[in-house]
Amino acid sequence: MTMRAAVRFAAWAYAIAVYGFIFLPVVVLVLFSLQATSFPIPPFTGPSLRWYQAVLSDARLTSALVNSLLVAVLSSLASVTLGFLSAWGFARFVLPGSAILRGLITLPLTVSYLIIGMGLLVLFNWAGVPKSLLAAGIGHVVINLPLCFAIIYSQMGDHQINIERAARDLGAAEWKVLLMITVPVMAPAIFAGFFLSMTFSWDEFVISFLLTRFETTLPVEIWNLLRSGLNPKTNAVGSLVFAVSIVLVVFFELTLLRRKPA
Amino acid sequence: MSAPLVDIRNVSHRFGQLRVLKNVSLAIEPGSYTLLLGPSGSGKTTLLSILGGFVTPSEGKVFIRGADCTAVPPAKRPTTTVFQDYALFPHMSVGGNVGFGLRMQGVDGATRAAKARDALALVGLAAAFDKKPHQLSGGQRQRVALARALVIEPAVLLLDEPLGALDLKLRRQMQDELKAIQKRVGTAFIHVTHDQEEAMALADHCVVMNDGRIEDEGPPERVYARPATRFSATFMGESTILAGTVTEARNGIVTASTAVGPISLPGTSPAGANVALAIRPEHLVLDEAKGDVAFGMAKVGDVVFQGSFKRVLAASMQDAALQFIAKAPASATVQAGDTVPVSCHAQDIILLAD
Repeated sequence: MTMRAAVRFAAWAYAIAVYGFIFLPVVVLVLFSLQATSFPIPPFTGPSLRWYQAVLSDARLTSALVNSLLVAVLSSLASVTLGFLSAWGFARFVLPGSAILRGLITLPLTVSYLIIGMGLLVLFNWAGVPKSLLAAGIGHVVINLPLCFAIIYSQMGDHQINIERAARDLGAAEWKVLLMITVPVMAPAIFAGFFLSMTFSWDEFVISFLLTRFETTLPVEIWNLLRSGLNPKTNAVGSLVFAVSIVLVVFFELTLLRRKPA
Repeated sequence: MSAPLVDIRNVSHRFGQLRVLKNVSLAIEPGSYTLLLGPSGSGKTTLLSILGGFVTPSEGKVFIRGADCTAVPPAKRPTTTVFQDYALFPHMSVGGNVGFGLRMQGVDGATRAAKARDALALVGLAAAFDKKPHQLSGGQRQRVALARALVIEPAVLLLDEPLGALDLKLRRQMQDELKAIQKRVGTAFIHVTHDQEEAMALADHCVVMNDGRIEDEGPPERVYARPATRFSATFMGESTILAGTVTEARNGIVTASTAVGPISLPGTSPAGANVALAIRPEHLVLDEAKGDVAFGMAKVGDVVFQGSFKRVLAASMQDAALQFIAKAPASATVQAGDTVPVSCHAQDIILLAD
């Protein structure tokens, strides 16, 4: 065996080890969700959709799934709307201390979810806001608004200033300029921000755990399920969460990467 | 005479400490093609932005059709702008772009489409109605921007260096078309450029700007033949400039002492005034002294063949700082290194206060 072949072999082995390290847990999760018997341990006895059936007939899990979707969609809509408006404000108007304010708005990106969750818990307690899906949704807006702002602000170039001016010049009122020109022109960044927010909200655990009580989101419900030990049902619901995440990430990539030439 | 279509009265503007416009007054006649010509930083683009409503001047007033428009926003004034980068709406079709202004006025879809098609036909792009802006070439986008601005029938069309992004050949072609379109629609056009050839080719009325002021304005022929200031003599076409002092002024004849001796020419400057004498390249005669005013001998430094003529640069033997810029016929045999007599006719000399 030559030196070259050895190097090549090592490179392949390394690549397989890295990808294995990253993806093996997911593969195992998905594989044993298809287990036909009651324990998610080898040997593999499937494939069977038995546990998916069990998940979908479990009222607690399905209502948590609906809750998660609701929180993800509504909190992402709020995040992207507020993020877009703040990005537009920073890009189009001269504000005092603009750089500092922009820094402050993106700061939550660097703060741990635990701190944000605890802070909101204390605040809501003090303000008399009960633990609820709404409270968790507000928490998700806190973490996702900075993200949407950063994505949209980075895509707002000077070229669009003249496009907006042209629309104003042709008689458009300010809200029409925003709705008919700025939003469509910024659509790729807006969709990207929306789908990324959805992804993060969809499998966010800490904030939802701290801020919800009776009605809760899917990650919190899975955690409840895990307290009674592993079974293929947890694998099945985990695989469902994973599949939705993948779909959202693919949408995110498509909207951000497949940009039309200007 | 009726009131002007646009009346700019004593407009000044500051960006922070920088005074970009200094007490500018200008009247624009209906149906005219006006060129604002000047180097960068001369304030021409700021003046256009003030006309379009994108900038509110620090001082002064702007009247359009007799109404005070000084602080009226762009959407509410009877002007439209063709932007240098075209600023087409990338997510709309060409038809949607052109129809946008009508849509904002609440015109129904069918009328809008018909008018947009007419406007596109006017600029020679009838077939592009359903295309997207990114499918068009630079010149075609330019035409769409023009159609979009014209379709709502503005009182004044403002063009901000509209040909700046096009290559030379396309620029000359679009120039001719712009002029033809302007004559056809009869709308007043105000066009900003730093290209003096563009200005001479297009303008009914040429406004030369420098350092926030209007240096000279009038028909391009007059501005070229009899520039009002030294700046416009050198910016609108080239000139040889001779500095001098008036020694005698009598009966409409001025005599000035210069580096190449006393020169007499028609004029009215008072004795003792510092003046500049400007001579256009085509008026300088290089071979045996034919003109009635002689400038002495000059050493030819550079001869550039330009096709229909030769551009000759020659340094005066009396004063090396004095450079003659002359236009010689293509058949002239003059060469670099030759020593030639330089002269011209007294009536071709432009007398400028210095």
